Amino acid sequence: MDVLLSLLKAFLVGGALCAVGQILIDRTKLTPARILTSYVVIGVLLGALGIYPKLVEFAGAGASVPLLGFGNLLAKGVREAVKADGALGILTGGFTAAAAGIAAALFFSLVAALVFKPKEKG
Amino acid sequence: MKMTPEEYGRLAQKASPPSPMGKNLLMAFLCGGGICALGEGFRLLYQWLGADEELAAAGVSVTLIFLAVLLTGLNVYDNLAKHAGAGTLVPITGFANSVASPALEFKSEGFILGLGAKMFIIAGPVIVYGTAASILYGLVLWLFRLY
Repeated sequence: MDVLLSLLKAFLVGGALCAVGQILIDRTKLTPARILTSYVVIGVLLGALGIYPKLVEFAGAGASVPLLGFGNLLAKGVREAVKADGALGILTGGFTAAAAGIAAALFFSLVAALVFKPKEKG
Repeated sequence: MKMTPEEYGRLAQKASPPSPMGKNLLMAFLCGGGICALGEGFRLLYQWLGADEELAAAGVSVTLIFLAVLLTGLNVYDNLAKHAGAGTLVPITGFANSVASPALEFKSEGFILGLGAKMFIIAGPVIVYGTAASILYGLVLWLFRLY
C-alpha cells in the first residue's frame, strides 16, 4: 500500500510540474531551452528558500526527477559544501552535486552517437 | 473590406481550429507523471536493495538518463516528445534527450565541433545558469554565515 501511495504521489506531483511547463510552452513564447534553463534556476531558488526539499520529502522522485529537482540538488550541494569546506564550497558545491547526472548524460550520449545511426531526415 | 487589427484577430480566431491546449496539457501531465512514477519505482527498488537516500536519488537520475539516451538512439524518445510536449521535456530524461539528440544529429559534422560541441546546445545554458545560481546562493550562505 505504501508503495502504491508513493507512486501515486510521484505521478501527481511530477505530472503537475510538467503540466505547468506545458502551459508555459502554449501560453508564452518560451522555447524548450529557456524552459529547461528557467526550471533549473527556479529550482536553485526554491531549494535555497527551503521550499523544494519539503516537496521532495513529500513526493520523492515526483519532485526530484523534474529539472526543478536538479536545481534543488545544486542548492543542496552548495549548502553542504560551504558547511564542510567554507569559501571553496561556493565554487565546488553545485558542480559536485550535479556531477553524476551531467557526466552520465554526456558519456551515454557520446556512446549512443557512436553506436546508433542518426534518424533519416524527412 | 477594411477592418481593424482587433476585428481581424477575432475573425482569424473564429476561423482557426480549436486550440489543442487541453489535450496538450493532459498528455504532458500523464507522460511527465508516468516518468516520475517510474523514477519513484526505481527509487523504492534501490532503497529496498539497501541504498541510502542520496545514493538512491543519484541512481534514479542515472537510470532515467540511461533509458532516455537509449530511447533517443532508437528514435523513440523524439517521437514520444511530439505527443508529450513538456511531459518529456521537464523531467531529467528531457535534459538527457537534449544532449543525446544533437550528438546523434551532428555526428556527421565531425567528432569535435559536431558531436562534441553540439551536445551542449541546450545542456550548456542549463549548466551555465544553474551553476551561476548555485554560486550566488553559496556566496550568500558564506557571507551571511547561514550554514
